[in-house]
Amino acid sequence: MSDKAYVRTEMLEPRDPPPSSVGPIHWIRENLFATWFDAILTILSAAAIIGLLIEVVPWLLSPTWGGTSLDNCRKILAAANHDGGACWGVISERWLQMLFGFYPAELYWRPIAAFVLLGVALAPVLFSDKVPGKLLYFTAAYPFFFPWLLWGGTIWGPLAAAAGFFIGYGVYVVASRMVGNLTGVIAGILAAIIWWLVLSGYAVDALAGIAPIGIEPVESRKFGGFMLSITIGVVAIGASLPLGIVLALGRQSDLMIVKYLSVWFIEFIRGVPLITLLFVASTLLNIFMPPGTDFDIILRVLIMVTLFASAYMAEVIRGGLAALPKGQYEAADALGLDYWKAQRLVIMPQALKISIPGIVSTFIGVFKDTTLVSIIGLLDPLGLSNAIRADSAWNGIVWELYGFIALIFFVFTFSMSRYSMYLERKLHTGHR
Amino acid sequence: MNRRHETRPECHGDFSVMTTLTDPPKEQFRLSMLLYDMRYRSATIQVIALMGFMLLAAWLINNTAQNLAALGKPIDFGFLSEPAGYDINQRLLDYNSQDSHLRAAFMGLLNTLVVAVLGCATATILGVIIGVLRLSHNWLVSRLMTIYVEAFRNVPVLLWIVFIMAILIETLPAPRAFRGDNPTAEMMLGDSVAVTNRGVYIPEVLFSNSLGDVHLFGNSPLRFDVSLDLVVILIVLGLGLWVSRLIKIRADRIQEATGDRPTTWYLRLGVVLVPLLVVLWWLGFHFGYPELKGFNFRGGTHLRNSLIALWLALSLYTAAFIAEIVRAGIMAIPKGQTEAAAALGLRPRRIMSLVILPQALRIIIPPLISNYLNLTKNSSLAIAVGYMDITGTLGGITMNQTGRELECVLLLMLVYLLISLSISAVMNWYNESVKLKER
Repeated sequence: MSDKAYVRTEMLEPRDPPPSSVGPIHWIRENLFATWFDAILTILSAAAIIGLLIEVVPWLLSPTWGGTSLDNCRKILAAANHDGGACWGVISERWLQMLFGFYPAELYWRPIAAFVLLGVALAPVLFSDKVPGKLLYFTAAYPFFFPWLLWGGTIWGPLAAAAGFFIGYGVYVVASRMVGNLTGVIAGILAAIIWWLVLSGYAVDALAGIAPIGIEPVESRKFGGFMLSITIGVVAIGASLPLGIVLALGRQSDLMIVKYLSVWFIEFIRGVPLITLLFVASTLLNIFMPPGTDFDIILRVLIMVTLFASAYMAEVIRGGLAALPKGQYEAADALGLDYWKAQRLVIMPQALKISIPGIVSTFIGVFKDTTLVSIIGLLDPLGLSNAIRADSAWNGIVWELYGFIALIFFVFTFSMSRYSMYLERKLHTGHR
Repeated sequence: MNRRHETRPECHGDFSVMTTLTDPPKEQFRLSMLLYDMRYRSATIQVIALMGFMLLAAWLINNTAQNLAALGKPIDFGFLSEPAGYDINQRLLDYNSQDSHLRAAFMGLLNTLVVAVLGCATATILGVIIGVLRLSHNWLVSRLMTIYVEAFRNVPVLLWIVFIMAILIETLPAPRAFRGDNPTAEMMLGDSVAVTNRGVYIPEVLFSNSLGDVHLFGNSPLRFDVSLDLVVILIVLGLGLWVSRLIKIRADRIQEATGDRPTTWYLRLGVVLVPLLVVLWWLGFHFGYPELKGFNFRGGTHLRNSLIALWLALSLYTAAFIAEIVRAGIMAIPKGQTEAAAALGLRPRRIMSLVILPQALRIIIPPLISNYLNLTKNSSLAIAVGYMDITGTLGGITMNQTGRELECVLLLMLVYLLISLSISAVMNWYNESVKLKER
């Protein structure tokens, strides 16, 4: 302590920080008006937002949900003295069509049930820690059940398709005991293919003759709207993941011929736009099949979209495989695991985890790309919107219709990307 | 030498083989070794895979041949030299409906490249601005940019294309709105640009003392004209840039020798601009403005709605992806780099150009090029708005008119494959040139 008079002997009470460095004012200064350039940007964007809201909010709040045509909407707006409002009549009149296309109205329960059950089937995959694992059996059975609910027809078709897997597995078990593992695998695959291509048709006909159990069939050309987009998206996504894994492994393989076949396939598919593959689906796929084959347009589109997605998926997974340290492969070898065991137990779980962001963005891309089917004449939401805009009652409608479609796509894809972030956090068990 | 084989007791007979590592007995080749001997197994699998693939290919080709024979149209590319019989409204070179299908496809290819180049340029500019603004400390601006990116990334590009097309057609004024004593619409930028629902009319570049054109490739489908004016301008511009570079090299040398850098910016600008302006004056450079004549605009360059919708939609959509790439690239550079550069005494602008950007570009450019590739492939969606690109000509009208689906789709795929492969070649070359030299 000093005895000098000009030195303070007691501590001052701490004072509050100046109002400019705490609270909202500080925040605004720091985040909105830090420099003069920031200030200009802030003022410009605030002006843009306010201007947009002044335009958009009254437009959204327009009382035209009962409008029956664009002219009718304008009359309602004029009567309500509401200038420049949206014409929501088109949505209230056509939203069912936008969702289901021309699917028979009395059968709407079927797609609804199919998609609700799809959610149930996906739950154990998507939220494995919150849903009982027993549900996985339902997930495994659902791929056969889903198309049956949508297209209808005899129950024996999906059952015969499922039976192919059991037959293949049975042959594999028996043959691998008798002649060895690899021969068993080949025999099992051959048996399943023979069943699907040759025998199952007769079996289905015979069983349908004996026990005609089934629901009313619905033709593919009645499919449309978001139901069609989601169906194509889900099937292509589900089928492209395993195919993509196989292609990625093929591309990383030491077997030269397998490797080059995979590389050519992947590079070819990635080098051409999806629309050319859809042209193949709409005009050429029937020509590639045995004479007289005429299979369903949606099935053809599904095949081509799946091939397209699997090439992209393969590249994403290859990235994950390449990102794994070489020690992982060597450690798996050192443990004496064979190729498939090493892939299943060591490599794939890690590689897939690394590639989750890429896989989900491929999924989002595939779902968005389903809109391209409107170009080859399928009535997905965009195809329907063309039809609606060509209707004389709604001729000239733009914002309401496309805004509605864009909003629904946004909800789906945005929730997919949020899910991917959740999954990354959940699986982030790495050591950093 | 490691000569151990995977052998199984049941197919070999005795266990003694497994213990003799040094001197295995001379083995006879047996069929089962194809499957169980590691030396042959991979060859066996490959042969089976190849045979399976060839069987599949043979089956598909056989089916195709049978079907085409039944339809009575064997593969034949002769249709390409027949008259196309349709018009292409937006095109770079001369073309009329009597030209061949090949000429029409060539016009389409040029249109694809036009929209791809335009789209890549605008998408890059927009994407870089948005990506940088998204990193801004300004809360409002970075939120706005996030909304932009999410909105454009999460909605299909085809929807954006038809949406923008519909907006252009339905909300812009018709040419007749520009007419009369008090028109409801007026031209922009001093009466030089007209934005109508039939497209945008912009001034065209004209030369009153034009040197004329050179006609290349005579009368073939690939013929095109090269404007000598353009050639002269490009040569003068190139020479100017070269001299400007020499000046820069000299300035660098002086700086290294003396430490003082001579001021050269006016010199460097001058050697590029002055000769260019002289040449433009000599050629009689002027603009031709669009004018309303009758029911439509005449003169100027007409950008059709289809081109504008496609260009805008592809740019806005791809810009959202590029913004994310730019943001990721800049964020990937550790803060220590900035701090180290500042510690060396560099000013913020030099830090950006000498330290951050060279490292960020190495991360940014490969995905950027693959987005260019995506944009080029997405330009095939032109067919939805009637822009006559290669898909619209070869895969659209030509295919429908001639019924040659197989040939048209094959050619179409080939063209896109060539474009993609050349873009990937550029990317590989770039990756090779910036690769870290590891020792």
